[in-house]
Amino acid sequence: MIRVVLPAHLQTLAHVGGEVELVVEGQVTQRTVLDALEACYPMLRGTIRDQVTYERRPFVRFFGCEQDLSHERPDATLPEPVATGIEPFLVVGAIAGG
Amino acid sequence: MSRVRVLVGTRKGAFVLASDGKRERWDVSGPHFGGWEIYHVKGSPADPNRLYASQVSGWFGQLIQRSNDGGQTWEPVGNKFVYDGVPGTHQWYDGTPHPWEFKRVWHLEPSLTDPDAVYAGVEDAALFHSSDGGKTWHELPGLRGHGSGPRWQPGAGGLCLHTILLDPSDPARIFIAISAAGAFRTDDAGKTWRAINQGLRSQYIPDPTAEVGHCVHHITMHRSRPGVLFMQKHWDVMRSDDAGDSWQEVSGNLPTDFGFAIDVHAHEPETIYVVPIKSDSEHYPPDGKLRVYRSRTGGNDWEALTKGLPQRDCYVNVLRDAMAIDSLESCGVYFGTTGGQVYASANAGDSWAPIVRDLPAVLSVEVQTLP
Repeated sequence: MIRVVLPAHLQTLAHVGGEVELVVEGQVTQRTVLDALEACYPMLRGTIRDQVTYERRPFVRFFGCEQDLSHERPDATLPEPVATGIEPFLVVGAIAGG
Repeated sequence: MSRVRVLVGTRKGAFVLASDGKRERWDVSGPHFGGWEIYHVKGSPADPNRLYASQVSGWFGQLIQRSNDGGQTWEPVGNKFVYDGVPGTHQWYDGTPHPWEFKRVWHLEPSLTDPDAVYAGVEDAALFHSSDGGKTWHELPGLRGHGSGPRWQPGAGGLCLHTILLDPSDPARIFIAISAAGAFRTDDAGKTWRAINQGLRSQYIPDPTAEVGHCVHHITMHRSRPGVLFMQKHWDVMRSDDAGDSWQEVSGNLPTDFGFAIDVHAHEPETIYVVPIKSDSEHYPPDGKLRVYRSRTGGNDWEALTKGLPQRDCYVNVLRDAMAIDSLESCGVYFGTTGGQVYASANAGDSWAPIVRDLPAVLSVEVQTLP
């Protein structure tokens, strides 16, 4: 089970509170986690990554195990504690603006 | 007794303001989608309980929300806006080619006859259509395919398609406007388009009478006379009596011919409203006096409407989609400000009162007249 924490606005959009739990088959990567997330919550499509290019939106960041995973390759394996559900995969709205 | 529902889009959410036909006491609901920019909310003329809203965030992008109960509940629908084919380039601010990139939906225009059909005007400028209630969107590529596309250049607010007018007498005829390209018309339901900017004069562009490049801020028409158009341009209030083939200036005695909003009385096709704004850089009312100007002669002769509006120390703006007209017997006029006020007049502009005073900056105002 993968644990995902969404930013507040996306929790509201997806009608979830706190963490989301996902089943991810096979390798656990940014791509497979986001694929599973969007399959369960289709309203999130386009809010975290582009629907055509699948690039992360510029003001969205990914964290796990106190590491910034934003610039990792989408198909890179996520840290073991994230992949095993010990630690959550954090989707964070970047702090931007004045 | 008839009633009205005012749909307000703001920088931080949507609000629904409802009243009976007297328009004296108002119920306010919202914010819906709190914290998100709501560029536009509009109801279907074919089913007034069907509403569409454009919800935008710099972090999380574009969403389209749909309501089937007049705004009490909402559901997100399709938000995949992909340009048809290879997008190509338009001009950037410095005149260099810049690739077309989708940014947001500025305006949603539901079909006059089908609640599931709706047009979307987007930035970078293009026209999209949905025939399944907003689930899927497809570009009408003939507009960007108009040969002038590579010469379109963004206005200060971006290269936005902000105005969509559907001709009630001819389903194949649509008018649109883009800042800063100008106005365009199709007579074949969007397959082909022609620029309709003859007569516009814009001193701030290299060729003041160019085919395209004019910063058209808004266009409006009266349902009974779809061939007569009124335009608020970056500078100049304009009128066309031939469906945009030619334009004449009707700014007349306005204190400034700059502004954004323009609309037409529900029952008097020659009565039009604007809100003059001081520009280029100030973008607030002249002399700190918030005044709506009304012409009962289709332009040129204007009277200031001030009763109930602040006449000192007022420095708000009224944006292009932030004025609306109801169709009750005594015509109601509404507008919202960047200071968060929504004003209503139940007597065609003779007097005004705020419905709300402290919303986030208002981006758009629409009104539905309900049985």
